[in-house]
Parts: sequence; structure tokens; C-alpha cells
Amino acid sequence: MGKTIMTVDDSTSVRQMVSFTLKGAGYEVIEAIDGKDALSKLEKNPVNMVITDLNMPNLDGIGLIKQIRANAAYRFLPIIMLTTESQESKKQEGKQAGATGWIIKPFKPEQLIAVVKRVLG
Amino acid sequence: MTNTYKDTYKEEANEQLIELEATLLELEDTPDDAELIGRAFRAMHTIKGSGAMFGFDDIAGFTHEIETVYDKVRDGSLKVTNELINLTLMAKDHIKSMLDETPQDKDTFTQSSAEIVAAFKRLSSKEEPSISPRMPSSFEQASSSQTEGENITYRIRFKPSHDIFLTGTNPILLLDEISSLGESKIIAQLDDIPTLDNINAENIYIYWDIILTTDRGINAIKDVFIFVEDFCDLSINIIDSDKASGEHDEYKKIGEILVEKGDIKKEDLQKVLTEKKYLGEILVDKGLVTPDKVESALVEQEHIRKERDRLRSKEEIQTSIKVPADKLDMLVNLVGELVTVQARLTQTASDYNMAELNAIAEEVERLTGELRDTTLNIRMLPIGTTFGRFKRLVRDLSHELGKEIELTTEGADTELDKTVIEKLNDPLVHLIRNSIDHGIEPPDVRKAQGKPKTGNIHLSAVHSGGNVIIRIKDDGKGLDKDAILAKAIEKGLVAHNAELSEKEVFSFIFHPGFSTAKEVTSVSGRGVGMDVVKKAIDMLRGTIDIESIRGKGTTITVTLPLTLAIVEGLLVTIDKNYFVLPLSIVEECVELTQKDVEKAHGKNIACIRDELVPYIRLRNEFGISGERPPIEQIVVTGRNGEKVGFVVDSVIGEHQTVIKNLGKFYKDVEGISGATILGDGNIALIVDVPKITRNVELVEAVFG
Repeated sequence: MGKTIMTVDDSTSVRQMVSFTLKGAGYEVIEAIDGKDALSKLEKNPVNMVITDLNMPNLDGIGLIKQIRANAAYRFLPIIMLTTESQESKKQEGKQAGATGWIIKPFKPEQLIAVVKRVLG
Repeated sequence: MTNTYKDTYKEEANEQLIELEATLLELEDTPDDAELIGRAFRAMHTIKGSGAMFGFDDIAGFTHEIETVYDKVRDGSLKVTNELINLTLMAKDHIKSMLDETPQDKDTFTQSSAEIVAAFKRLSSKEEPSISPRMPSSFEQASSSQTEGENITYRIRFKPSHDIFLTGTNPILLLDEISSLGESKIIAQLDDIPTLDNINAENIYIYWDIILTTDRGINAIKDVFIFVEDFCDLSINIIDSDKASGEHDEYKKIGEILVEKGDIKKEDLQKVLTEKKYLGEILVDKGLVTPDKVESALVEQEHIRKERDRLRSKEEIQTSIKVPADKLDMLVNLVGELVTVQARLTQTASDYNMAELNAIAEEVERLTGELRDTTLNIRMLPIGTTFGRFKRLVRDLSHELGKEIELTTEGADTELDKTVIEKLNDPLVHLIRNSIDHGIEPPDVRKAQGKPKTGNIHLSAVHSGGNVIIRIKDDGKGLDKDAILAKAIEKGLVAHNAELSEKEVFSFIFHPGFSTAKEVTSVSGRGVGMDVVKKAIDMLRGTIDIESIRGKGTTITVTLPLTLAIVEGLLVTIDKNYFVLPLSIVEECVELTQKDVEKAHGKNIACIRDELVPYIRLRNEFGISGERPPIEQIVVTGRNGEKVGFVVDSVIGEHQTVIKNLGKFYKDVEGISGATILGDGNIALIVDVPKITRNVELVEAVFG
């Protein structure tokens, strides 16, 4: 059985690209358009990993990570944040919230796969 | 595929732009609405972020500038003004036209982009200079470009913090990724694991030492750990590299590694070093360091050694070329011809006695000598390949015979002429089989005699002057001198009351059909073997020698010339004919006067320093007529402890000889193993000493 990854991004194109890349590598993908959407979908569908953007309406990436970690079932879930911010502060904030790692946009499909392999296997 | 993404992006960006426009217009009315500012910011952020991903670098770069300004608006350091809104709307229109861009418009766009960006900067630059327009170029992990090529070995200690699981990290995956970078060894360190009641099941207590050899550079390693750099103790040290490995042949001692890694104090090490034991054991015994740490250091040592070996063998491959053996043989033949011609040149030059010609001849002589040595060297191969095959032989045979035998080898890199190595294989197989079958006792017998259960056969090769000495030494029961002698008497090889030295007795086993084995096994005992071995070794112009101590073992020593193509010979004459005797077996030359012959009462025996040496008259053997000189010469040869003299008219001296085959017609001529051309064009025949000796022995046995 393939592992399931949730991609959370308000940008359709990014979601599409992430989704297509991951499916190509044999993963199941669930898409969510923002933090709120992600949380509600997480309740219904168990996932093995979350890839989330940081800047999103309704509930942003940092908030999403905090809420995921608060859920006992997802305490050890690998979470990767997508960010254009290479600044330490944003990264640090995400890490403190409990992110496993990050990918800086723009990225290539291979880079995405490499990171997924690193944290999910 | 990319095009689909591009279209999706364009669609999405257009939506974002419409949203942006609406937001900006609202913002114009309520300039302090943080919610609206955030929305505008996000719209631009998405356009920028996705734009960079799908190849719209110009849009991404441009939007980045505006976003930077809006970042300031967001944190309140810049006020929303009409001017800003106007400028932003202009920018929005610009992005829109960039989205619909056709290639030829590019320059215009670049220019207007620059103008708008400049305007934004003027607006905000009152506070500070802007950030470089360059996008955070690419993915950090991959951008850390590696200096590829050189293999460097790193020692990595990865010690995750206890609660690393809470970040969703799986350390095993990181270790897997590290392993994928190159040749690696991973040693888990367990000494931090607390007692059971203190263990928190959600924590990690293990840490790892990793030895990694990779050409990807240190950044590739750091990349693997980049997500966890705040959640672990990570140390990466270079411990070896391709370049460094040439400097010291041996890698660091285990103690040095431990001290370097801070696992143990230097003083403690010094203290312990005064005792003699395996260092690792001592350190563990003393509680200075845990077994894991020692193991880790040992693995590191091992790893580096292996890597260096691999490197060495790789270098060897790179610096060698394959050449068909027959090409080499041709080269050797040509060099042989050249040596012959050179000898003639030297001879002729000395005949004319011209200083100038002599100088040239000497120079040619020197060069030819070097060329000859180099050429012969090319054909030299390490004997190790043959050794390797014997391991299997010993394993299989000892298994079959229910014995436990280990084969140890030494000097596998000893070089020998290729043809010699090829012809050496069969005799060595015979000798090793003998050791396995007759030499080494079954395990229970060995045990009863207080010997280790496992027998040992030691195979060694070593250079000695122009020869290679190969020894096969076993720790078996040794040769039974009495049994051999009894058998020899039984076979009529020797008188029953003869007094023989140990060596002479042992040499009986080289007689055809000689076996003392009571039963014939599949391996040996039929009495074929040793005589074949001897013949083969003779063919190689080598000698074979036996030493044996009853109950302790047997050592068989085979001495071989380095090469078959050239023989160091002793040049002698009989009447007007030239002969060459292999110098390797010549022990001395003594005169034989008419008086000596008379004293021997018709027997072909000379008394040399109170030792009786039988001799053979080569003149008779080869049927050469003519008058014998009053004083002849005996060339005394020694083989297998037996001395035999060869009587010739005169001895000319040492002569380095390139061996020529006699050709088809003469291949069956007994007593001659080849020929060579002398400097003056004369031909000298090379005496087949073993053959002649054997022939004479046979004749003696029959008629004696």
C-alpha cells in the first residue's frame, strides 16, 4: 500500500505540481486548500505525511502545524513546510511549531521527492 | 507537462491579480486594515512563489520587489498611501501583461519592470536599501553544490536529542540517506540508554557513529541533517582522503582515534598502553570506554584501510594496459636477438680496437641491458593468482579427507615470469596434495599428539638473488625416513647397507613409481607425482629440496629462476664446441689432471677437498672426438644436495644467454635444452644438466 501524503497550499498550480510529482513516485495524495481545510480532511483521512505552504488564508501553515501536533495521533507525523522565506525567523517559527523540515520555493520535482524520501522513506 | 502547469499558473495568477486589484481598491478606502494588507501580501506571495516554480522568473523577481515593500507595510514601518496604491496597481497591470507576454516584448518588459521597481524603491528607500532583486535562488539542500571527484572519508557522530521524534523525524531514514552517499559503516552507540524504569518510550537514547567515504563533499552530508540540526549533536570530521592516503601507509591506531574523538583522555590511554594486550580490551576492562566506542573506532580503522586498498587497486587499473601475451613474447624474442647482435658488436669493436667504436659499443651494451631487464620485467606477474587457487584446493581436499587444514600464504606479490608461473601450477598442486594427504594427520590423531586440531600448510614465495624460492611447509607428521629407505632397498634403488644422508634418503621419493603409502587414495599414493614434480621443476631449471622432521612436519623448497628467456650461464668449451651450463647450479670449477684420473682407478670420481664427487665427461656424452687436453676442468654442480661434476676442456667464463629453441628437428635430442648465439657468431649449446645426470644414473644402475 502506498503511503498517503497531504499537500496543503492555496495555490492550485503548486498543489497540482506537488500532487502530480508525488503520485508519480507512488504516493497517494490528498489536497487541501488551506489550514482549515487540511484539519477537517485530516480528521477523516489518516495520512502519513503533510506538506504545507506557510502563507495561506484562514489558517496559515504555522497554525496548521501546531494544531496537527496537538493531535495525539499525529505527534510524530512528518510535516514539511513550503516556504519562499529563506529567512531564519520563519523557518525557526515553523520548526518550533513542530515542522520536520522545509522546502524553499521554487523547487524541482526531484527535490520534493528527495525530501519526502528523507522524512517518510 | 510543464505547459499544463504553466497554464494552470497563468489562470491562477490572473485570479490572484483580480483579487489583488479588488483588495487594493478596498485598501484605498481603509488604508489601515491589516486584514486587507495581509490579503494583498498573500496574493503577491502566491504569484511570486508559484511563478518561480514554473519558470516565470521575471514575474517572480518583479513581484518579489513589491512584496518586499508590502512586507514593510505589513509590519507597519511603511504607511499605505495613494501613491503606493497607484504604484501597486501599475505593478499589477504590468504583471498581467507579463503573464500574456510574447517573446519579442521581453526587452520592453525588462525596462518597464526596472522603472516600476525603481519607483517602489524610491517610495520605501527612505528607511533602508532594498534587498537584492535575486530570488532566494533555489532549494537549499540541492544548491549546496559539491566539489565532486575526490573521495573523502568522514567520521560523523549523529546524536539526536532525546525528543527528536516530536519533530516527526525518523532518524533511520537519515542514516539510510547517509548510506546512499557512499561506502559507509554505521555503528550504534548504546551507552546513553538509561535503566528500564527511566526510559521514556517516546524518546530516543541511541546515537550513531558513521564512517562514510564519499565524493559528494561535506555539504551533501550536512544537507541530510539540515532538518534536524537544532535537534541533534552533529560532528563531522574529515579523517581521510584520496590525497592523504598516500602520505601514511597505515591508518591511525585505535587509541589515536579514540583520543581524537574525545572518547577517552590521552593520559588514560598512556597509562593503559604500558600494559600489553589488545588495546580495545584493556580500555573496556578498565571501564574507560564502552565496547561500542571501541567497535566504532575499529570499524573506522577497517573502513579506511579498505578504502585505501580499493583506491590503490583502482590506481593500478588506471595505470596498466592489457597486452596479448604473444605480443610480449615477440618483444622478448626481439630483445633476445638484439642482445645477441649487441654481443657481436662488442666483440667486433674490441677486435678492431677503435676507441670511438668501443665507446659506441659500450653505450649500446648498456642500453641493451636496460632494455632487456625492462622487457623481461613486463612479463613478471605476482604469484598470488596461483596461491588463490590453492585455497580452494585445500578446502575441498581436506573436506574430502576429513581433515582440518588451513592454508596460509606469504609473499603473494612476489613476481615471477608469466611462463614460469603457468608451468608451476601443476607441480605445486602435487606438492600441496601430498601435504594434505600424507602430511597433515586427521584431527583426532593431531589432538592425541598435542598438536592443534587444525593443520597448517604455509605457502610462501620470496626473491633471492636471481631466483624465487617457494616453500611449502606443513606441520604434519613428516617423512618416514626408515620407511623410505626400506622401500628404496626393496626396489633395488640402493644397497641395503648403504650409508645415506637424510637428504639422499628423501630424494628417493622423486623416483618414478615410488610410494610408501599403504593405501591408495583418490588424492595420492600411486607413486606418480613426485617424479613428475621434479621433472617439471627441472624443466623450469629449478631445484627442489626436502627437509623433514618426523612428527613435526615437512618443508619442500623449490628454487626457480626468475625467467626462462635468459639464463646466466657458464660458457665452456670441448674441443671446438661451445657449451653453456646454467650458472645457478654451478658450485665451483676445479682442475682435473691426468694424475687425478689415474688415481681414481678408472672410476669417474674426483676427490675434491676430501669429498668424493662423481663426474661425467661431456666429451663422451656428446661423442666428441679429438685429443683431451692434459689438464681438464670439472664444473661441479649441486642439485638437491647431490654433487655432480662435468668435465670439459676449458672454462671461458660467465655468459648471459638468450635461450633459443633448437627447432623441430632437434627437439628430441637428449642432453641439450637449447642453444644460444655467441658474440662472434658461434653457437653454444645449453646443457640439460638434470637429463644428462639422470641418463648416466640409469646407465650406472643397469651396468654399474
